[in-house]
Amino acid sequence: MAEFKLKIRRYDPQSGAAPYWDEHTVELEPHRSVLEGILQARNEKDGSIGVRCSCRAAICGSCGVRVNGKPGLACHTHLDDALASAGEDGVIEVEPMGNMPIIKDLIVDMDAVHWKKIQRVTPWLIGKEPVPEREYIVSRESMIDVTQSMACIQCGACVSDCLSMEVDPLFIGPAALAKTYRFVGDPRDAAHEQRLKDLGEDKHGIYDCTHCFKCIEACPKGVAPMNQIMRLRRIAGNDFHIKDRNNGERHEMAFVKNIEKNGILHEADLLPDSYGGKFHPRAVPELISSLPIVMTALLRRKMTPAKALLHPHRAPDGVKKIYEIVEGRDERNEFNLYISGTDADNEPNPEVAAAAEVAEPAAVAPDGSEGSSA
Amino acid sequence: MKVAYWPGCVSRGFTSELHGSMAAVAPMLNIELVELDRANCCGAGVIAEHSQELADTLNARTFALAQQEITQGADLMMNICSTCQGAQSECQQRLDASADYRAQVNETLSDEGLEYQDGIINKNFLWVLVEDIGLDKLKTLVRNPLTDLRVGPFYGCYIVRPTDRLDINRDQPRDEYLGQVIEALGGTVIDYAGSHKCCGFPIITMNKAASLEQAGRHLGDAVDADADCLVTPCPLCHLNLDLQQPMAAKQVGRELNMPVLHLPQLVGLALGISPDDLGLQHHIVKPTSVIDWSQAVVGGVGGW
Ligand code: SF4
Ligand code: SF4
Ligand code: SF4
Ligand code: SF4
Ligand code: FES
Repeated sequence: MAEFKLKIRRYDPQSGAAPYWDEHTVELEPHRSVLEGILQARNEKDGSIGVRCSCRAAICGSCGVRVNGKPGLACHTHLDDALASAGEDGVIEVEPMGNMPIIKDLIVDMDAVHWKKIQRVTPWLIGKEPVPEREYIVSRESMIDVTQSMACIQCGACVSDCLSMEVDPLFIGPAALAKTYRFVGDPRDAAHEQRLKDLGEDKHGIYDCTHCFKCIEACPKGVAPMNQIMRLRRIAGNDFHIKDRNNGERHEMAFVKNIEKNGILHEADLLPDSYGGKFHPRAVPELISSLPIVMTALLRRKMTPAKALLHPHRAPDGVKKIYEIVEGRDERNEFNLYISGTDADNEPNPEVAAAAEVAEPAAVAPDGSEGSSA
Repeated sequence: MKVAYWPGCVSRGFTSELHGSMAAVAPMLNIELVELDRANCCGAGVIAEHSQELADTLNARTFALAQQEITQGADLMMNICSTCQGAQSECQQRLDASADYRAQVNETLSDEGLEYQDGIINKNFLWVLVEDIGLDKLKTLVRNPLTDLRVGPFYGCYIVRPTDRLDINRDQPRDEYLGQVIEALGGTVIDYAGSHKCCGFPIITMNKAASLEQAGRHLGDAVDADADCLVTPCPLCHLNLDLQQPMAAKQVGRELNMPVLHLPQLVGLALGISPDDLGLQHHIVKPTSVIDWSQAVVGGVGGW
């Protein structure tokens, strides 16, 4: 048994009182969870602490909280680990998740934010017609691929820390977009293009993610929502040529072409090209609105007129060649670590291999040929 | 030490003062920079968004060029951009994971006679400062300690997440290094909400309001925490935090006037280089508070 100090953020919006911190000391084995700590405090000290939980085994997704500022499952965070990440005073801080309204103390309103967004993305399979008579055969790779997003337990930890949602509450967000990939990556789904079009036309869709990795870091189930969002963008742009309302696809292509031409980034062209070229109607207001900044930059000699107008750099031939080969492929060659694993992961386990070797002779025929033709 | 040096694109374009200040501090830290001038852009995550193989191959090319320098005596590859660090580490993770995949990528590079071998060491200047030069050594080099200068760290997403890929752990707290460096230089570290958040740059052309809102909020938080300036190892963050600061201020509806320094500039000030030689005059937000500080310390360097 050891003692742990828990500092719990308390807030009851209906009471009209301001939020405050409440400290309790609990006594538990260090490998016990933060959730057990909270429950002990509630059962033995203060029955009014609001906390939600059910499975206590990282399955149901109901106990999402922030421990020392980091989002995760209370039932899946050991007290000793929580202590190690605590501040110098050795007090474990437990707060409700972010980006969602608080109902009471550690309980946030998942319906108002998380579930609404999940519903927004049509979270079910739209089958192909006509329905096949027998089972639908799906390749091993695409099966493993979608299991990553299927692993989601809807805990909301990623939503809690999403930095785009922090400034744009309408952003569809990591969990719902990972859910979208679960169907866009599923060869049995018939609505890939419609789904992507819908999320490209929504200004708060796939191109509103700021690529901050917060959701990858937050997820207790390895769903890596941001990676799924990047896959959605890749499929939307390359396979369906969807022109989104955020100019995301255009920006991406402008960048890709810029490097092909210059080898290194030539920023002065990137901005206008992201809006369709210097003379594209959408580029004009953008350029005018950034004019004061460009002028100051010129004054401070951040940009020289030559830098802004000329191309000081040409891509080395090697870069051109890489573009030629890779962009010339008929099919996208995408190495997916989640599916393939690393060489080290795939190395046969020496113990298993040794056991197999012992068992092996039985399968080899006396003449040394494999199996027997008898 | 000698490093195969990838300055990145932005540090030779819009934030050329970064490249310049790195060149100014390197000899004082005894770092010999061998510039990879034939190398190419890392793709900043955007090329990977379009085609992973393209991004992986482009970065394998840069790594292969760096490895040529490493066989000729360079200790490692060094970059000065959080985004380069993150984008390159991401590609390296895939390249190092599979010999088969590496062989495909090397096949594409073979025309140029290049080959990437797994396991290159590629570190941002921040990591080199702490892990290779060392904070104790750094302290001995300080000529103008940043006494009373209140500095807020701003890391940039790509250099702090994901922690497993970047080898950030309790023994190697790379997500605390900026604070450690500020302290080693004699300054005061300012704790504010935005230090490890996103500056918003990746969506500046896609959702400008949200992008500027992010930059404006973090700058505002730093103002509220009484910081004199911010310091960042990421030139892209610098674009959103400095170049775009007037627009960010409009977006959040408040005055900001928060100077943002590149990491080598802050180091340079403490090593005794004048603000002018570090290119501070090229910033959009005049680093008045920093200049006042340096004038108080050395009695008027630079003369502005
Ligand atoms: S990477 Fe995108 S979806 Fe994930 S937390 Fe950041 S902004 Fe949100
Ligand atoms: S993606 Fe991960 S963090 Fe987000 S809701 Fe699902 S399980 Fe939770
Ligand atoms: S991240 Fe920026 S500076 Fe670094 S190589 Fe890419 S575009 Fe250039
Ligand atoms: S803060 Fe922004 S620009 Fe800087 S590294 Fe993160 S995403 Fe990039
Ligand atoms: S209680 Fe079910 S996931 Fe924690």
